[in-house]
Order: sequence, then C-alpha cells, then structure tokens
Amino acid sequence: MKDKTKYFSYPYIVWIVTFILFPSFLVLLYSITSKDSNGVTTIHFTLENYELFFKKMYVNILFDSIWLAAISTVICLLLGYPAAYIISNAHISKRNTLLFLCILPMWMNMLLRTYAWMTILGNNGLINNFLGFLGLPKLNLLYTKGATVMGMVYNFIPFMILPIYTALSKLDNKLIEAAADLGADKKTVFKKIIFPLSMPGVISGIIMVFMPAVSTFIIPQLLGGNKNMMIGNLIEKLFILNGDWNFGSAISIVMMLIILISMSIMNKFDVDKEGGARLL
Amino acid sequence: MRKKIFLGLILSIIILSLTSCSTEEKETLNVLNYDIYIDKTLISEFEKENNVTIKYDTYSTPEEMYIKAKAGASNYDVIITGEYMIERMINEGMVNKLNFDNIPNFQYVGEQFKNQPYDPNNEYAVPYFWGTLGILYNKNAVDTSQKSWSLLWNEKHNQRIIMMDSQRDSFAAALKLLGYSMNTVNEKELDEAKALLLKQKPLVMAYITDGAPDIMINEEADMALVWSGEAVSAMSENENLDFIIPEEGSNIWIDAAIIPTTTKNQELAEKFINFLTSKEATLRNIDEVWYSTVHTEALKEVNEELLENHAFNIPNEDIEKMEMFRDPKEFIDLYSKRWTEIMADKID
Repeated sequence: MKDKTKYFSYPYIVWIVTFILFPSFLVLLYSITSKDSNGVTTIHFTLENYELFFKKMYVNILFDSIWLAAISTVICLLLGYPAAYIISNAHISKRNTLLFLCILPMWMNMLLRTYAWMTILGNNGLINNFLGFLGLPKLNLLYTKGATVMGMVYNFIPFMILPIYTALSKLDNKLIEAAADLGADKKTVFKKIIFPLSMPGVISGIIMVFMPAVSTFIIPQLLGGNKNMMIGNLIEKLFILNGDWNFGSAISIVMMLIILISMSIMNKFDVDKEGGARLL
Repeated sequence: MRKKIFLGLILSIIILSLTSCSTEEKETLNVLNYDIYIDKTLISEFEKENNVTIKYDTYSTPEEMYIKAKAGASNYDVIITGEYMIERMINEGMVNKLNFDNIPNFQYVGEQFKNQPYDPNNEYAVPYFWGTLGILYNKNAVDTSQKSWSLLWNEKHNQRIIMMDSQRDSFAAALKLLGYSMNTVNEKELDEAKALLLKQKPLVMAYITDGAPDIMINEEADMALVWSGEAVSAMSENENLDFIIPEEGSNIWIDAAIIPTTTKNQELAEKFINFLTSKEATLRNIDEVWYSTVHTEALKEVNEELLENHAFNIPNEDIEKMEMFRDPKEFIDLYSKRWTEIMADKID
C-alpha cells in the first residue's frame, strides 16, 4: 500500500523542483556570476556582487527596510492581538461574522486597496478635508514614511490576527477556570495562562507580517512616493531598470538569508514546539 | 490517506492544465505598448476583422520594455516604444526590417518625423506619436515669468513638486538646466546633474510615472515634470493648469512601432501597424492619449480646441531648441548607476 501512494507525491515534488528549487538555484547562480560588456551573463564566478552590496548606501537601505518592517510588525501585533482576543471571546454566532469581516478586504486586489489609501491620505484627501472642515491645518500624510508603515500595517494585519485567533480558540477554557479558582485575578490569568499559550500564534503572526513587509516594493512606491527606497524597490530597480540581474540576485540571496535567520531565531522562542511557527 | 490522494490529484490537474496547450487554431499577435497609450476598442476591432487574438501587454518605462523584450518573456510581434530604445534594439539586431508595401499608411507620416537618426533610412520603424517634456503647473500657485527648468528646484514649492521615476527624463531636466546635452556621456557633467537632482530630492513630493496628471488635476501638487500628452489631458480637466516648455530647451521624442526579430507572423504584424496608423485609428487614439500626432491627414481633422493647446500643437520656436535622445550604448550604465544612487539616497 505504501509503495503505491508514494506516486501521489510526485506532482508535489515536480512542483517544488520546477517552481521553487530551480528558480532559487538560478538566483544563486546569477548572484555569483558576472555580466560581460555585452550584457550577457557568462559563467564567470565572482563575489563582486556581494562586495558591492556592502557599500554603505545599500546596507543603509537594508537596515531601513528592516526597521520599517519591524515597526509595522509591532503595530500589527499591538492592534492584532486584542482583535484576535475579542474575536475568540465573541459569541459563536458573531465569531464567524467577525472573522469574515477581517478577511473580507483580502478579496480585493492589494493594489486597489493601496490606491484607495492614496485618496484618503492625499493633500486634498478625506483626512485633510475633514481637518480643513474643523478649521485645523492640513497635514502632509501621503508620500511619507508614515504612509508606508500605514500601508503595510493595513495590508498585512490579517496575517497577524488569524494565527493568533487560531491559537486562542484552541485554548482550553478549563485552564482559565482552574487559575481563577486558585485565586488568580484576570490580569494574572492573562499573563500566566493565556498569553504564554498563544505564543505559537504570535510567533507565526510576527513571521507572516515581517516577511512580506520587509520585502514589499509596491507600498513604498505608491504611498512612499519612491522617496525612501526599501530593499524590495532596490531589487526591482536592478532587475527592471538597470538590467543588472547579477547584483539584483545577490541582494535577493542576502534577503533570503536574513529571513531564514530571523525565522530560526523566532523558532527558538516557540516554547511548545507546536503550532504554525514550525516553518523551519 | 484520502487527503493525500486528493492532494495528488489536484496537483496533477494543476500541472496538466499548465502544460496543455490550447487547441485553438486562431493566430495570435503579441503586442507590447506603454500603459494608457491606445484606444483599447481598436484592439478588439482588429481581432474581429481579422479573426485573430491579440495578447496586449504593457510597460511603464522604455528600460522596462527592453528587459521584457530581451529576456524573451514572450515572443512579441509588435512593440511600440521610444526612439532611443529603438536605436539600441536596431544596433543589437533585435528588430526586423519592415515591408512598407504592407504599411501604406506610412506615406501620411509627416516629413519631419522621417529619416531621424534612430532609423536614418526609414527601414525599421513607423512613427506613432510624438511629444516633448515640460512642466505642468498650477497657474494659481506658480510664477512662470521665468520659463526655466529651475522652477523644479524652487524651494517655495517644497513638497509640492512631482518628478518622474524615469532616469533619462529626470536627467534631461537637470542636464539642460546646467546647459549640457541630454545625451552627454561625460562623467563630470553627469556628476553635476546628479548633485543637482540630489539637491532637489528633499523638495520632491513623489517620484512617479503615469500618476502625475491625476495629482495635478486634484491640485495636490504645484507642478510636475510630465510628457506633453499628460499635460493636455490634465489641462482639459482642470482649467487652472498650464504647461511650459523651458527655454533652456527640452526633449523631442518619437514613439514608433517596430517588429522585433521574435515575431512569428511578420505579415500580420505589419497589417496591425498599418491598421494602427490609419487616419481613423489615429483620430481615435488622439482622444485617448492626447499626444501630438505624426499623421498629416489626421492633424487636419483635429478639433480647434486641441489645436490651440500649445502642449498638443507645440510651437515651432520651442521645437527648434529641442534635442532628441540618442542611445548611449554601454554608457547607459553611467545614467542608471547614478539614478539608482539618487533614488537610494536617504532624505531624513
């Protein structure tokens, strides 16, 4: 029986090889080869692409991206945890509606949602019109770092809420009751029981928000006005504008390494070795 | 167990559906054009008339187009793009010669757009539209007594200036302000232009392509570096807007249709180009893209209002001072390297 079912995994293996392993290998190959004067990539091994990356300017872009992604992740956590908590404690009839509302925006294309923010944040947008109506001075909201962070929080917050909600809804109510019986007040119950048990969800949430946030290029382009380049924009520019696939690939590899390292660090905090955080 | 079988089935179906070819016999034409650069009903019309399928693909800057065509993302049959990219592609042997017997509409192309340096003997390209680069501004906010590129560096308009996310165009403004050629490959001149653009960066509200007219119509910014057609469309929607071509001189560009060597159906591609450059198609495209036309017959039928607009009917004294982009060949790296560094510069 076992021999037969093994064949069913073949499409999966083919999928992984053609769409994940092979492209990753190409990226790696590009990153360690150089372009000749005609713009054709020849197999000439070099590390100059990586050396180039360690110029101050590019390293600054990397730190900036990590910083912005980290801020967005923290905001997502601060907003997402209470939201997940409220949803998991809601009455069963409301719970599904709340979850549905949380996922609903994701039915729409991310580009459209981001464009919508442009009309809200613009100099003559909704917020500034409202401020003007109240007689307050206008604010420069669009095309700032703040707008970029806002866009990331808005786009990625469902990825924080959902895993935390899953962890919280699995939580055994008896534990909370037992803690209360033993004299723990609500604060202590949350600190000692609920929060530690929801950690796997929190870790998954952090990873699932941080990863797309650190590599996004469309949000800083639309809401940040292309003024503060993030590492994703740099990679896009190198591929699309400069046609320098070798240097672009080297940065992509550095990105992948950073994501892998941050994931393995996060996994160290995953106390019970269960839950969605075990990605590595 | 069941789950695994189910998963296996689903994946097999996905892979099969990806690899199986469509059995339809219809001929297809792969067209690559700028965003917002055609009256889209023309495409379905050509499809119906000739019983073909057109795969229409777009890009936002000529550099992006070049990568798409070069990387072989698709076997394009017709590409519409700017003259300096056409020059580069001809030099690299990426363009087929055209059979002008199949493109009789070429005769209506104005003489001043023929025999241009990018295609000196009119062998490869059929001009589509032409235009220039200038400043679209709000009359209530900007004092244009001095018609100069330096307007874009005026600190009074801090955070109210829109620049283009396009290296050649942004450098063109800076180089012309310095009094240099916009085709320079002199590193010292380019460094000066880069310093100028870096000095401008804190004043810039955003670097965008294609979105500038909307921002100007909503009066969210005071001025924007735009192509002439963008100015015409914005001015038609907000009468506070006007357009200047700075006195230091600007860029004149011609976008033309070419057939890359990747084509599998040259004759059909030529037919499409001819269709696109007919008088009727040109008039319909003008209503959509607002750029100046190269079609002498179509120009006679353009409405009065458009003819009075100096962003559409560009005055001769301005044209005389204009310079056409040339392909800088391998020196393009001098531009892209500097442009990436400008964009990567931190402002706060």
